[in-house]
Amino acid sequence: MKKFLDEGKLLLVAIPVLVWTLLPIYHLFVLSISNQESMLAGKLWPDQPTLQNFQIVFAQQHYYLNNFWRQMFNSFFIAVATGLITLFVATFAAFAIARLKVRGGRTMMNLALATYLIPAAFLAIPMYKAMGSYGLLNTQASLILAMVALASPYAIWVLKQASDKLPKELDEAAVMDGATSIQLFRLVYLPLMKPSMVVIGIYALLLAWNEYLYAFLLLSSEKAVPLAVGLGLFLSADDAPWNLLMAAGLLYAIPPAVIYYLFRKNMVGGLTSGAVKS
Amino acid sequence: MTAPLAAPREDASAFTRDRAMWGAIMLAPYVLVFAVMVVYPVAYGLWLGLNWNSYRALFADPIFIRTVVNTIIFLFVAVNLKFLIALMLSGFFVQQRPWIRIVLVLFILPWAVPSIPTILSFRVMLNPENGMLNQQLFQWFGIMEGPGWLTDPTLAFISSIFVHIWKSLPFWTLILITGRLAIAQDLYEAASVDGANRWQQFRFITWPSLATLYVTSTMLSMIWTLGDFNSVYLLTGGGPGDLNHVLATLGIRYMRNNNLDLGIASIIVAMPLILPMVFVMVKRLSKGPDA
Repeated sequence: MKKFLDEGKLLLVAIPVLVWTLLPIYHLFVLSISNQESMLAGKLWPDQPTLQNFQIVFAQQHYYLNNFWRQMFNSFFIAVATGLITLFVATFAAFAIARLKVRGGRTMMNLALATYLIPAAFLAIPMYKAMGSYGLLNTQASLILAMVALASPYAIWVLKQASDKLPKELDEAAVMDGATSIQLFRLVYLPLMKPSMVVIGIYALLLAWNEYLYAFLLLSSEKAVPLAVGLGLFLSADDAPWNLLMAAGLLYAIPPAVIYYLFRKNMVGGLTSGAVKS
Repeated sequence: MTAPLAAPREDASAFTRDRAMWGAIMLAPYVLVFAVMVVYPVAYGLWLGLNWNSYRALFADPIFIRTVVNTIIFLFVAVNLKFLIALMLSGFFVQQRPWIRIVLVLFILPWAVPSIPTILSFRVMLNPENGMLNQQLFQWFGIMEGPGWLTDPTLAFISSIFVHIWKSLPFWTLILITGRLAIAQDLYEAASVDGANRWQQFRFITWPSLATLYVTSTMLSMIWTLGDFNSVYLLTGGGPGDLNHVLATLGIRYMRNNNLDLGIASIIVAMPLILPMVFVMVKRLSKGPDA
């Protein structure tokens, strides 16, 4: 009896939590399979569920979605490029700071951390201005560069934390055997850091895939923008075809959700692990 | 065996030189990104921010004053409410039950999906006329004109706080779960042997172990909440009637209206609030595992 009551109390928490969490996502899904009338009637479940919205999106048969595939590809390209470049920049930097103990490395990392902590929306305006003076506005390079700048600080920090955990003796032994710095990097460091690098690459990739503000500031041509900005265009209309937007939005949301679930154990905790300890 | 004594020393210094060279080369890509994307823009922004007239114009703009008040309320309510809920939910999620693990997997969805489709989903759902929420209020309770979730200024502001919490709650709950799981279980066993009730266990074991993490996380969340553009912009656009802007959306609004100086100025006025927190956080985070 007591056990039964305990489960009941837990359910009393679980049910509101689930409703709260899932309602907007459920709503997203319901609209994506609704026709225009069911949508405007605010039905909990559409009268005639339909996959037509998805057909329209796939075939790009609406002027808001004329560049759907193009924009999906842009999202993909920008995310992958950000992931790879961040990985390259951050792995090198973390190795230089943590293992080679390069002079000024720690200061550099603290400055990077400060960048990471300043709200991205506040950096957006100066960055936009700078992109203008570099002549990079409306190029995907500008967005990729911005995303690398936003993703690198956390990446470097996580990789540095991970590097510090590798035993010093490994380096010493390799140096005794006459290894150069670059051999140390290639033969000792990289193989041991692989798991952290995967997490960091994915972190940067998702950051870029999900980004809206920077994409919308830095890019304007409909053919160049990622899907997030393409979907944001619906905002300008009063009678937007929201069911189409939701169908497209669902397709846009699925890849990051899948990736998060595959790597969810690794994606959290790094950030405040220092705080948990102290 | 009989190698000359000088040789190893020479090797060592060769290695030191090699190390310094490669260290500099490998740090260079980030230094370059940092210079181009952070140092130059920030310096340029500060230089533009030296224009005294923009601050006069800023403080003369009633929307700005309203925005500052909004931002403070938004920060205070959103962060505290979020952490109170996260603290309680983390206590729920550490219960060892298979079904609770499933609930947790669903609970982190808002964190896992991008803002744009989900916040726009909120926006459609909360539409006062044909949104699902008010339509359902009508069908279930016969309420003809449901609340103007996005058209009434106060309700629109509250809605954007809720959307912000919806999006960021899972992450902080996960952090606090991690913190709770790090507490040694035998403390609780000893306490319950001594007859401590649930509240006493929380008061004397959980809270003292969690306090540092709670404070650090709250501070970090404050900084990020200050920079939350999406929850406000995508839900209400700062409306109705520009009454619900926060600093993050107002700066961008000025900029989009070709008033870059005001955009920069509205960011700079937030710096006295942000920089001390950034400073403290950098100090905390840069403590390595062995420091």
